[in-house]
Amino acid sequence: MAVTEKAAGAYIGSPVLRKEDQKLLTGQSRYIDDLTLPGMVWASVVRSPFAHATIKSVDVSKAREAEGFVAAFTGADLADDWAATLPCVWLVTEDTKQPMHRPLATDKARYQGDGVAVVLAETRAQAKDAAELVEVDYDPLPAVIDPEEALADGAPILHEEFGTNHCFTWRLEGGDVDGVFGSAPVTVKERYRQQRLIPNAIEPRGVIAQYLPAQDEYTLWSATQIPHILRFWLAIVLGVPEARLRVVAPDVGGGFGSKLNVYAEEALSLALAKRVGRPVKWTEERSEGYLATIHGRDHWQEMEYAADEDGKIRGVRARLVVGLGAYLQLVTAGTPILGGWLYGGPYDVEAYSLEVVGAFTTATPTDAYRGAGRPEATYLIERTVDALARKLDMDPVEIRRKNFIREFPKTLASGLTIDSGDFEGALDRALEMVGYDAVRREQEERRQRGDTKQLGIGLSTYTEMCGLAPSRILGAILYAAGGWDAATIRCLPTGSVQVFIGTSPHGQGHVTTFSQIVADRLGVSIDQVEVIHGDTSAMQLGLDTYGSRSLAVGGVALWNAAEKVIEKARGIVAHKLEVSPDDLSYDGGRFTVAGTDKAMAVQDAALHAFTAHDLPDGMEPGLEATFVYDPPNFSWPGGAHIAVVEVDTETGAVDLRRYIAVDEIGNVINPMVVDGQVHGGVTQGIAQALWEEAIYDDDGNLTTGSMISYLVPSAAETIDYELDRVNAPSPTNPLGVKGVGETGTIASTAAVMNAVVDALSPYGVTDVEMPAKPERVWRAIQEGGAS
Amino acid sequence: MKIELTINGERREADVWEGESLLFTLREHLGLPGSKNACEQGECGSCSVLLDGRLVCACLVLAAQADGHEVVTVEGLGEDGQLHRVQQAFVDAGAVQCGFCTPGLVVATAALLERSPEPTDDEIREALSGNLCRCTGYQKIFDAVRAAAGATS
Repeated sequence: MAVTEKAAGAYIGSPVLRKEDQKLLTGQSRYIDDLTLPGMVWASVVRSPFAHATIKSVDVSKAREAEGFVAAFTGADLADDWAATLPCVWLVTEDTKQPMHRPLATDKARYQGDGVAVVLAETRAQAKDAAELVEVDYDPLPAVIDPEEALADGAPILHEEFGTNHCFTWRLEGGDVDGVFGSAPVTVKERYRQQRLIPNAIEPRGVIAQYLPAQDEYTLWSATQIPHILRFWLAIVLGVPEARLRVVAPDVGGGFGSKLNVYAEEALSLALAKRVGRPVKWTEERSEGYLATIHGRDHWQEMEYAADEDGKIRGVRARLVVGLGAYLQLVTAGTPILGGWLYGGPYDVEAYSLEVVGAFTTATPTDAYRGAGRPEATYLIERTVDALARKLDMDPVEIRRKNFIREFPKTLASGLTIDSGDFEGALDRALEMVGYDAVRREQEERRQRGDTKQLGIGLSTYTEMCGLAPSRILGAILYAAGGWDAATIRCLPTGSVQVFIGTSPHGQGHVTTFSQIVADRLGVSIDQVEVIHGDTSAMQLGLDTYGSRSLAVGGVALWNAAEKVIEKARGIVAHKLEVSPDDLSYDGGRFTVAGTDKAMAVQDAALHAFTAHDLPDGMEPGLEATFVYDPPNFSWPGGAHIAVVEVDTETGAVDLRRYIAVDEIGNVINPMVVDGQVHGGVTQGIAQALWEEAIYDDDGNLTTGSMISYLVPSAAETIDYELDRVNAPSPTNPLGVKGVGETGTIASTAAVMNAVVDALSPYGVTDVEMPAKPERVWRAIQEGGAS
Repeated sequence: MKIELTINGERREADVWEGESLLFTLREHLGLPGSKNACEQGECGSCSVLLDGRLVCACLVLAAQADGHEVVTVEGLGEDGQLHRVQQAFVDAGAVQCGFCTPGLVVATAALLERSPEPTDDEIREALSGNLCRCTGYQKIFDAVRAAAGATS
């Protein structure tokens, strides 16, 4: 049942209706595309149609004749506008190769869509028409899309200064890997493909940049997940003082990692606004975005398990070859590494070895896409666990039970420490929900009678690390920033409470859930709490929203800020009531003194703090507090998902029949919001398994260049999922929360593919490449064990 | 060229370019930015509006084609400052996340319930299959549509 108004102290854990929705439902939201500034001009970027080509010349003279033309610039024209390359925040090894990445290419285009010139005009259509008149003389070069081919001898080299497409090799080892593999009675080795994916936030990217010369001030409005990080990096790229740059993220329509970046158009628009003395707007067309906004995944994955005869896994050895695309965007190199400590999964593994190799390819850069490194890890682990189970003729449930980590805290062979979890509890509940024995019986019956619709049951039991991240650990792994976040609570004299947060929502419902936290802790009505976000001039401190961190870091900062507010109020109330602060109890928004009728509400304390007529000696007026929280550990969600699929063995069509998700995500602030996160995440993971794939041809042309050829699931493809949760609250933070933004995507791809392979196991099929399209499934059936 | 049309019950005029989409006219000339531009290819449904009661992608309709016709946008669904029952059902079900596809889905749902007050699940799936949402996985949207249908019957 939905909740609109609760007694103080009862908001946390309740499905409070979202405060954001009214404007979003009535057309009163304000996304970038809804904003206009006086005198604004529009930008259109001229993009390379070739995946790899020398730029011999760029001629903008015909564009100058176009109606509405304002200005045009080539990459060479702007080459001196940049004080630094577009950034990569995580160069994962000391010798990671970082190519110069200017907002417009100057020498070569290195992927289809690489910007080579920009045209400004009075309207969007005029800018596009004029951009089409720019003549670029290209000398095409060979393309290379597959990361393994990019590393082979004779591959076309993207960045000549390196003499290779190899970007980095990252290694992590723990325990006696050689010893364990040398003595293991059973080993199993698997190889899988993580295809390229296009994130597809429904709101395309867009920016408006303004420069005010009198104040030497820049403002950027951007459809971004990261206004604070963006401000920091754009100040460096443009060589301007950070204090002169304000970044605003207005309403933002989804991100999934695709708006967690510092994009060429963000830097370009600021530079151009200064050059032409008018505000500059750019919005992405959908097909343009398929080229110019980051992609996700693109790994070749190999994994080997060393195990005992009884299925006890003792060692894991994995190797990833990752297609980075043409340049290092903000987290391109680090994205696969975000799963780097997790290749043991939720299993107690004593020896651990992982090697990750990054390769430049003539394709759109890959970067963080929902889950970022952790879906890849879970997929490889869970597929390989099933392969081991097949080899040992064990049930997939049995082999998982044999290996679960059960004691916490648990320091992994990879070096990090899981603070809490309940993997077996989640699995037990999921098995109960699916009716495991009955489904297995039905599967067996269909096999016995040679049914053309075979049933498959797929498990995915997972752990992940989120709540990014302890700053000291980030420093140790060469990440160039911290992982803290911040919140400010300001109690206004008239009773309302302003909350400023450093995270930047784009669909997650922070305004509601963060209001719940404040309303509960301060004991005020949720309607009295106003949450402000996404503007660096309103909230200086913040590290934004990605990696399921907003609640586990920013929410905890907010809780702690509320504690500071209460402590200051306690001093004021004690002074006014002439009692010792220690004699005051605080509950439901009121301070009371036991055994007396003395009491004062926190909002009355706020009024006293504002008038400052009678404060304790030396106390600063005002009732406000900021807390910057640096988490001491990652947070560790986990869970068990089960997919049941029906495969038509005559057509290869896969029909998802049921999907059960039991997640362990710590305490829940708003179960309605959490369910929505799981639904969306699961859908994206299922889509990777069954439908989505960014395909390039041999010349490096993106052949899935629109929503017509790239299958974003619609209501016609999805089913209703069955959700539940178990809880092992995080002992690391006072809210006991972990994070849920990515769990669905992390878990679901493996569950579905294990189900598909399970359905086809009577045919000797052990793998189907994703997405498991009917043709691939059909071919796998025909080829049997050879697939 | 000049066009004259009824939008959300109000007579409006606009001076448009012949090649201009109805979506552009609504957003840029008529001050109605509720309909969203997310693909301009008729694939995502974020710009869904009613044209003489029929659900269309405003990005695929020329403004000139709407001359003399009646258009309802998300801004025109509710009455007297109250949410339309479909909008309210979306709030109650938690069917909104980032909100960018939401106006189109709300208009599509209103159109569905207008022609089929008690739709089956298959009808709902078919009716909403032209509206892409990347956040919700559609489950709470289904809850909302079922609830809104129940509220009428």
